Amino acid sequence: MTQRAPADACWHWAEMVFWLAALAAFFVFPGYRVLGSQVLIVALFALSLDIVLGFAGIVSLGHAAFFGVGAYTAGLLALHGWNEPFSGLVAATALAGLAGFAVSWLVVRGEDLARLMVTLGVGVLLYEAANRAAPITGGVDGLSGIAMGKVFGIYAFDLGGRTAYLYSLGVLFLVFAALRRVAASPFGLSLQGIRENPRRMPALGVAVRTRLVAAFTLGAAIAGLAGALLAQTTQFVGLDTLGFPRSAEVLIMLVLGGVGRLYGALLGTAAFMIAQDTLAGIDPLYWQFWLGVALVAFVFFARGGILGAIDALRGTRRRP
Amino acid sequence: MIGVLFDGLAYGALLFLVSVGLSVTMGLMNFVNLAHGAFAMAGGYVCAVAMTRWGVPFLAALPLAFLVTALLGALLERTLYRRLYGASQLDQVLFSIGLTFVAIAAATWAFGAGQQPMRLPGFLRGQWTLAGTDFGVYRAFLLATVAVVSGALALMVARTRFGARLRAAVDDGVAARGLGIDVDRVFSVAFALGSGLAGLGGALGIEVLGLDASFPLKFMVYFLLVVVVGGAGSVRGPLVAALLLGVVDVAGKYYVPQAGAFGIYAAMVVLLVAFPHGLFGRRH
Repeated sequence: MTQRAPADACWHWAEMVFWLAALAAFFVFPGYRVLGSQVLIVALFALSLDIVLGFAGIVSLGHAAFFGVGAYTAGLLALHGWNEPFSGLVAATALAGLAGFAVSWLVVRGEDLARLMVTLGVGVLLYEAANRAAPITGGVDGLSGIAMGKVFGIYAFDLGGRTAYLYSLGVLFLVFAALRRVAASPFGLSLQGIRENPRRMPALGVAVRTRLVAAFTLGAAIAGLAGALLAQTTQFVGLDTLGFPRSAEVLIMLVLGGVGRLYGALLGTAAFMIAQDTLAGIDPLYWQFWLGVALVAFVFFARGGILGAIDALRGTRRRP
Repeated sequence: MIGVLFDGLAYGALLFLVSVGLSVTMGLMNFVNLAHGAFAMAGGYVCAVAMTRWGVPFLAALPLAFLVTALLGALLERTLYRRLYGASQLDQVLFSIGLTFVAIAAATWAFGAGQQPMRLPGFLRGQWTLAGTDFGVYRAFLLATVAVVSGALALMVARTRFGARLRAAVDDGVAARGLGIDVDRVFSVAFALGSGLAGLGGALGIEVLGLDASFPLKFMVYFLLVVVVGGAGSVRGPLVAALLLGVVDVAGKYYVPQAGAFGIYAAMVVLLVAFPHGLFGRRH
């Protein structure tokens, strides 16, 4: 494995350019701040899946379950009068993390196929639960009429997405910086070791199951954080936050960008959502068809994703 | 009570017919095929189009649905699936999700998003009343068809040379290859057969499950559930699992309608955790 994890604490210049560009987009494209904030939120969601899939190597088909738990937690809190944004985020993250912790024990027990099915099952289970618990969740109509408080007590959420964009960017950056450290820590490295060789790591004295539980819980908590951000910035929570299509889409975005590299999640999400915004605007059917074709082609020809292609162009070795 | 049981069995039989091919794919080649429902949908559309546009009678449209989807399956297996047998689970998942998206978009483009109308022939409509319980004629027809088909399938697996090769390949692919069995070819035939059965199930299921372009995603969990609960790679396991699932689902929706599909999903997670290899699965 010759993958260069973002191991050093020192930030590469390309990384700084990336984050400055994300900030600059706020000023350069004022008409796209709403879309931009959504990209940032989904990027956070993809980042959370990267912990689970890219680092721990667990293929999850129900990651949206935790996104939805976070979204409904934040939405319900605000709806019932607790509308301070940051504490809402904390509560949603904690609850999603708790849910992830509970599920993780079921997930790490089985082999690959059982893992896939348990994550898928938990996803559809929560979807159906939210669908049926209409008195609490609003069912298919979703939660609307959420009134959020001001960020820091100063900046109100507006229709133009000013606050939403900067708020989401701030949260994304903080979480990213933290995850960058986690990825370079002994814990992050041991996760990569488990992904690469699950038989050898126990021999090195690594408690595999505990590490996987920790990674899954962390991924779930961050997914909940992303869900809470979406609920707060759009002031609406729909059933689709929990649905299988969302789990599948985030998986596609992550793989499109490049798995296990943190930046892959961000780039993949941006590329996917901008393409979706452009193409689905022409014809949703057209978008779905070509997305499917692109996925099939992708599996055969371009497994490293965007970052893998960049590596190939620069002549460094691609991920196997 | 007996009526619910009867409807549940018919529903389960249908699920079995669609899922048995998936059991072979997942058991034989370890391929997680999320696009299996797309073959069932294809069979459904073949049947609907043959009946409404070309005036083919229902009983003739069923074998047609089987043949067309079996050919489609063989074609896709030869060109695409075969190249991913050794691939990682993630690649297989992405590939089959992509295929599902293409199938849904193509079906919406060709037939619209709405439910496909189908009119059963007169002799399959109506009810029989027996000791105060109503039995749908079509459901009885469904049960009988599936019984015949699965009987033939079981005979084929147990008695024919191809069945012996198939069992050998599932049990130990490497040793089967060593004995001169062309495992790739066995799998091609099994895949085509499984796709054809899914197509037949889709055609038979228009009346029970409905048919629209979202079919592959709507029932994906059910098909996977049958295989995973039953244990991939066998015929008996999915049969028991499908009948069980059908009865539990129909009974749940009948007696506790407000819970919807919740009960079945909860049962799935519990079963998966309790039996990670399925009820009849082989431990690797």
